[in-house]
Amino acid sequence: MNSLIRNTARCLRSGAAVYIPRQADGRVWTSSARFLCAAADIQKALGDIVQKDKVVVFMKGTPAQPMCGFSNAVVQILRMHGVDDYASYNVLEDSELREAPNVTLVKMTSLDWNAAFSNQHNNKDNFFGVKAFSNWPTIPQVYFSGEFVGGCDILLQMHQNGDMVEELKKLGISSSLLEAEKESK
Amino acid sequence: MLPSVLRCVRPVSTSLSLSRPLAHFRPHMDPDPSRPVERSIRTKLTDQLTPDHLEVHNESHMHAVPPGSESHFRVLVVSSQFEGLPLIKRHRLVNEALKEELSSCVHALAIQAKTPEQWGSNPSLAKSPPCLGGSRGDHTVEEKLKAGRE
Repeated sequence: MNSLIRNTARCLRSGAAVYIPRQADGRVWTSSARFLCAAADIQKALGDIVQKDKVVVFMKGTPAQPMCGFSNAVVQILRMHGVDDYASYNVLEDSELREAPNVTLVKMTSLDWNAAFSNQHNNKDNFFGVKAFSNWPTIPQVYFSGEFVGGCDILLQMHQNGDMVEELKKLGISSSLLEAEKESK
Repeated sequence: MLPSVLRCVRPVSTSLSLSRPLAHFRPHMDPDPSRPVERSIRTKLTDQLTPDHLEVHNESHMHAVPPGSESHFRVLVVSSQFEGLPLIKRHRLVNEALKEELSSCVHALAIQAKTPEQWGSNPSLAKSPPCLGGSRGDHTVEEKLKAGRE
């Protein structure tokens, strides 16, 4: 039995649930009540999310309280460059987030799930589809101006080799490290 | 025709079963000395990226998962196939090579992808940041650990 059949069977047995994220500061990206939506809508929604803000981070935990060392590293790097105003999405589910009234919980039917992710190599471990959307298997994930930049490793190397300052400049963000460097001269 | 299936499976030791009836029973806390996931990662990266230098480190012990897990890895790949490629493309090559592992047992993969020249001028392995316990609250990690045990 190959992994696709096995994953589909697992979804059919347990019923796939997809959770629409709430932003770390409490804003929801959609103000609708609970509704059933197709996977394509979620992918489109993610497309909107990454375009909406210049810097978007999908992470474990929040910038105030990261729950993963790799996610924390991303937060720290952004902080070092003075980037504090960015959209972050917490991929960890907790019961409060699940039950909270201002979170939209979307339950997809097994058929929808299968149709949406049958070509993805990461069927059941999608959180809310961000891994499929980015075609990137791990969290954290960073987007600059709607374009996927990478995870913790890439951000760290960009920071170390000076590319981060350049990329932020392209976004119209002046890195505070650049400011500090100017002042010291 | 046998479908190709990723086996995140601990090999059963049949030769011991006569003298030790419970030899086949491996509690999930028992580290598997054969390290199947690590071996699979090594094989695939070697086959697909023909590296000059390769390091595969199981860092699961640094995270909030049971001892003996094969869920968190760090890889260092030095390959001329990375010449001229931006970091993101290099990482995607590594992800592609390991897509089966990443969709089943492996939850975290830290990647360093260097050209031989870059490795020559800076032959160092990066260190992973300290764990903040996120795997404990992450149900998908539990699923991957289960996949690793099955």
